[in-house]
Amino acid sequence: MVAVIKEHAFPPEQFVKPSANPLVRCEGLVKWYGSVQALTGVDFHAEPGEIVGLVGDNGAGKSTLIKILSGADTPTSGKIYFAGKEVSIRSPKVAMALGIETIYQYTAMVPAMSIARNMFIGREPLTGFKLGGIGIMDQKSMVDHATKSLTNIDLTQRSPNTTVEELSGGQRQAVAIARAMYFKSQLLILDEPTNHLSVKETNKVLDYVAELKDQGIGSIFISHNLHHIFPIADRIVAMARGAKIADIRKSDTTIEALTDLIV
Amino acid sequence: MQPIVKALLSRPEISALVMLILVIIGFAIYAPNFTSYGNIRVTLFAFPELGIVVLGVGILMIAGEFDLSVGSVFALAPMIMVLATGRWGFDPYLGIAAGLVVALAVGYINGWITITFSIPSFVTTLGMMFMVRSIAVVLSGGFPPPFPSELSTGLFVSDLGLFRSSMIWFVAFAIILGVMLHRTNLGNWIFATGGQQQAAADMGIDTRRVKIFCFMLCSFLAGFAGMITTFRLRSAIPSLGEGLELQAIAAAVIGGTALTGGIGSMIGFIVGTALIRVIDNGLVMGRIDASWFRFAIGALTIFAVILNIWLRRRAQKMQ
Repeated sequence: MVAVIKEHAFPPEQFVKPSANPLVRCEGLVKWYGSVQALTGVDFHAEPGEIVGLVGDNGAGKSTLIKILSGADTPTSGKIYFAGKEVSIRSPKVAMALGIETIYQYTAMVPAMSIARNMFIGREPLTGFKLGGIGIMDQKSMVDHATKSLTNIDLTQRSPNTTVEELSGGQRQAVAIARAMYFKSQLLILDEPTNHLSVKETNKVLDYVAELKDQGIGSIFISHNLHHIFPIADRIVAMARGAKIADIRKSDTTIEALTDLIV
Repeated sequence: MQPIVKALLSRPEISALVMLILVIIGFAIYAPNFTSYGNIRVTLFAFPELGIVVLGVGILMIAGEFDLSVGSVFALAPMIMVLATGRWGFDPYLGIAAGLVVALAVGYINGWITITFSIPSFVTTLGMMFMVRSIAVVLSGGFPPPFPSELSTGLFVSDLGLFRSSMIWFVAFAIILGVMLHRTNLGNWIFATGGQQQAAADMGIDTRRVKIFCFMLCSFLAGFAGMITTFRLRSAIPSLGEGLELQAIAAAVIGGTALTGGIGSMIGFIVGTALIRVIDNGLVMGRIDASWFRFAIGALTIFAVILNIWLRRRAQKMQ
């Protein structure tokens, strides 16, 4: 009986369609790794200011999808449109230039470096003279902006010169989110950001994501824990075996129905 | 007060600086003539030749890689210079340039092999240490070739009283590379690459280029330092610089550079080098059997790392 419900609970023709101006839209993404097909022609979209929860078991294809969106990998075929224009996201640099910021579960931070230096890795503000892209960093501006960003995420008790290794897991995620906010990203991809976090810290991270929505930033929130995603997501996309098996507004479903689908 | 103490404790070069001061005071008390003008002069003469190598080795270690081939490059670059000028009829400056180009090439090969085949640089540069040394010996035929009179020693080792002109080269390299490491965005990328390579790559840094740059810089400086020694000895010795690679790594480690990458400083490189030079000299002046030199450096290396890790943990416990 359960199997029958699974087959018909989320028919493809009822998948949520993108609006006229989606923030990001992928068409028919296919990805082969050798003889393994990780994505079998996936359509995906996210609207400005929308929180999309991306769920699925290990090997469902969700990490391949976000790797393609964050520039860490390129699709074998398929098209990606960002803010209405077709784009080719060849590298993380290209993704960041477009305004796509990714927060990984291990956090893209260098533990032994200060918060201020971490915030600007690869995008250091320079003072005056430069040669082939190399120049003297504007450290005052880095510290000033890091201080402001720490205030935004209620980490005022930390100096921007603190090394990241002194922060808790949740604080590191907060700094990563603050970095994305500072660089005015339009789409934030959060890959299991609540992994290894305490309940209290998880709630904090969820609060930050909800705040991003208020600023009109779209986010894709990946987690294997539906209970983290469900409360803050506007829409849930579920994947299995490299295909999308559900794309539904949260208001049209229940956490039980989704749990049934993905386990 | 606490933030200042914390800032000091979390700087790895501080403990090395304290040790240097203690060692200098100790030798000044026990070794007659240690603080004499003549002895300070001798110590400063020898300093730049190791120091320049340490700058490159240390920066490469911050980027998360090793170079064991610096001792061999230290012999090969001046060998090329002497042979090019003396035997192959190059203009002296072209001869110097040829030696440095060969050094850069060795650095590029070190980096290219390490990254392309993702093998530990320890292995790559260990292999290159043997290969480069072999080339230096083969080229020379086993004996130092005659030192060509066209090569003017003034530029590198002329006596300026308290120090030789090699010290000016060292100071220039230390300032330029210190600014590069601690003030430029390139320096930030070097720390990020060695501290957490995946994070650096995710933030759009071309970690491959950063590492190859550091490998080439390291090799270049080793070749340059070898030329200084060769000018001083007025002879290109095929066995020059044997064991130098480990001394340079020891100096960087004593100065607070982490073997795992991502931590280190220009002041640390200088203080680490100074400690090794001062101990070497102080043992001689104190009429202690010079065979104890390696013992002292070895003990100091282990002690420095233990102390640095302990201080770092203490600093982090302070808010």
